[in-house]
Amino acid sequence: MPAPAQRRIIFQHIDEPGYTNDLACYQRHGGYEVLKKAVTRKPEELIDEVKKSGLRGRGGAGFPCGVKWGLVDRKSGKPIYLIVNADESEPGTFKDRYIMHQDPHQLIEGTMISCFANNVKQAYIYIRGEMPHGARILEKAIAEARAANFVGPNILGTGYSCEIFIHRGAGAYICGEETGLIESLEGKRANPRIKPPYFPAVLGLYQCPTIVNNVETLCHVKYIVEHGGEAYTKIGTPGNTGTRIFCVSGHVQRPGYYEFEAGKITMGQLLNEVCGGPLPGRTFKAVIPGGSSAKVMRFGERYKGKRKLGADLVDYDWGVEDVPMDFDCLAMVGTMGGSGGVIVMDDTVNMVEALANINAFYSHESCGQCTPCREGALWMKKITTRMVHGLARNEDAALLKSVADQIPGRTICAFGEACSWPTQSFIAKFGDEFKGYPEAKKAAKPANANELV
Amino acid sequence: MNLKPATLSSIDEVITHYPSKRSATLPLLHLIQEDIGHIPEEAIPWIAGKLEIQPINVYEVVSFYPMFRRQPIGRRHIKVCRTLSCALMGGYKTCAAFEQEFNTHRGEVSPDGEVTIDFVECLASCGTAPVVLIDDDLHEKVDATKVKQLSEQIKKEKAERLKS
Ligand SMILES: Cc1cc2nc3c(=O)[nH]c(=O)nc-3n(C[C@H](O)[C@H](O)[C@H](O)COP(=O)(O)O)c2cc1C
Ligand code: SF4
Ligand code: FES
Repeated sequence: MPAPAQRRIIFQHIDEPGYTNDLACYQRHGGYEVLKKAVTRKPEELIDEVKKSGLRGRGGAGFPCGVKWGLVDRKSGKPIYLIVNADESEPGTFKDRYIMHQDPHQLIEGTMISCFANNVKQAYIYIRGEMPHGARILEKAIAEARAANFVGPNILGTGYSCEIFIHRGAGAYICGEETGLIESLEGKRANPRIKPPYFPAVLGLYQCPTIVNNVETLCHVKYIVEHGGEAYTKIGTPGNTGTRIFCVSGHVQRPGYYEFEAGKITMGQLLNEVCGGPLPGRTFKAVIPGGSSAKVMRFGERYKGKRKLGADLVDYDWGVEDVPMDFDCLAMVGTMGGSGGVIVMDDTVNMVEALANINAFYSHESCGQCTPCREGALWMKKITTRMVHGLARNEDAALLKSVADQIPGRTICAFGEACSWPTQSFIAKFGDEFKGYPEAKKAAKPANANELV
Repeated sequence: MNLKPATLSSIDEVITHYPSKRSATLPLLHLIQEDIGHIPEEAIPWIAGKLEIQPINVYEVVSFYPMFRRQPIGRRHIKVCRTLSCALMGGYKTCAAFEQEFNTHRGEVSPDGEVTIDFVECLASCGTAPVVLIDDDLHEKVDATKVKQLSEQIKKEKAERLKS
C-alpha cells in the first residue's frame, strides 16, 4: 500500500518559501484570528473543545490534554500558571525547534488561547539553553504580539490580561521533566519532585496550580479551537486523534520531519517510502520509534495479539514495517510513540556500541537524586563503555540486565524507566550480539561503520 | 565584577519577570556569562545579594547546569553533538577533525586561545546530523569538508582581528 500524503496542520508553513517569522507575515496567513474569536467565548467552552478533541500531549507521555486541564485546582484561590515545555531534549526529537524558529506566533497564539481557557495570567516558555536564537525570536515575537494587544494587559479590550516570559534552560536534559522544569524555573537545581503530592495541577510553580504543556501540544490547541474538537477527532484514528510529526534521523536516505495523521501510516511506509529506505547497499537493523528512551524494535521480529478495531477484537500479526504509527499500536508492540523521534540503525551498527552511546547520555543527564538512577545509569555506561574500549566478557549482558532491572519503579521521576528501557530492550532483542561481542570485537569493523562511543 | 551597563539594566529588568527573585538565578547567570565569558567567583555572592538568597543557592545551580562554566574558555566555543543520531552519521569524526584543525583536545582551550571544543548531548537537530553549535550558531551536516570550511572561517576571523 502506498504511503498516505502528509497532512500538515502544525507544520503548514515550515520551510515555505517566503514565510517569515514576524507578526505581519503571520497575520497575512490568518494569524491571531482564532484568538480574537476565542476571547469572545466562555473559557469552559474552549476546555470542552479540547476535551472533545481527544488531543494527547506531544511531549512524550501522550497524556490527554483536556484531562490534564480538568485536574487543575481552580478552587485554591492561588494564581494558575501555564508553562510551555520548550526544552526539546529527548534524543531523536526535533520538531519544536522548527515551530519556534520559523513560526513562533503559532505557538504564542496557541499559548494565549490556552491561558484564556484556563484563566492563566502568567505564562512562561521554558526553552532549552542551546537555542539562543530561538529565545530571541520568541522574545521578539512576544513583543510584537504585545504591541498588537494579543499579549499583555486588557487583551483585545476584553479586560483579560496575561503575560508571557521566556526562561532559558542551561543544558540539563532533566529540565524537560515537568517537575524538574518547575524547580529550574524557581531558580534551583532541576531535581524532579515526588508525586504525590507535587502534581503540577495542584502544587506546581511556587506551589500554585500549574499546567505544563509541550510546544506542539499548544499548537494543536489552536487548531482545535479554530476547527472544533469534533472536527479534530476526524483526523487520525480513534484514541489517537490529530496529526503526529515524525522526526526521522539516522540511517535513512531522507531524514527529516514529516507530519501525518496519527495511525494512518505504518513504520514501513514512513521509512521506506517517505524517507527513501536504507542507505545504498545497506539494510535496516533496528529502530527506536519514540525518542531514545523508547524500547528498540528489531527488524525481522513479529508482534502478535488481539486488538480492538472499532467494536471488534481482531488478530494482528505484524512485522516492524506493519506497525501503524500511533501511541496505542506502538504501546501494543511493547514500545512507545513518545516524542515522535524515530532513530534508524542499519546493518553497519553494532548494538553494543549503540547502547554504549545511549547509556553515556543517560549517565550524564541523571539529576542524581535517586540512588538507583544515579548509580545504575553510571554503571550501565561504565559496563558498555568497557565492553567497547576495554575487556568485553560473555557475562556482561546478564550483568547489564541486572543493573537495569533494579531501576524502574524505584525512582522519583520517569527518567528511571527512561534510562533502563534501552538496556533492557537492547539485551532482550539483541542478546546474541551482546554475548558475541567479545568475539565480534576481534574481527575488522565494516569500513563504513562510525565510532559511536 | 565589571559588568556592562546594558547587562546591569537587563539584570534589573529580568528580575521583574518573576514573583520570586530567586527564579532569576538562571537568567542572571546567563547574562553574566554572556558579558564576561564565564562565571567568576565573585559573581556568586553578587547574585546572591541581588536576589536575596544565600551564595550556596547560586553555587549549587552553577555546578548543576552544564552550560555554566567557572573558567574562561577559548574565544569561540565549538560544541559537537555526541548523541546517537549524530554519532550514527559521523559525529565522532567531526569532533576529531576539529580537534586536529585547532591542535587541541576536547575540554581544553586551543594553544592559540582561539577555540574550546566540547562534546554536548543531543541538540534537537538530529535530522541534519552531525550538528555543531559554534557560539550561538547551529551548523548542520558537518562532514569533513564542512569542518574545513568552518575552521578556515574561524582562522580568517582570527587573522583579521590580529591585523586590526
Ligand atoms: C526525563 C524526561 C524528559 C522529558 N523531556 C521533555 C521535553 O524535552 N519536552 C517535553 O515537552 N516534554 C518532556 N517530558 C515530558 C514532560 O514531563 C511533560 O509530560 C510534558 O511536557 C507534558 O506536556 P504534554 O502533555 O503537552 O505532552 C519529559 C519527561 C521526562 C520524564
Ligand atoms: S529518576 Fe533519576 S533523574 Fe529522576 S529524580 Fe531520580 S535521579 Fe533524578
Ligand atoms: S543527536 Fe545530535 S542533534 Fe540530536
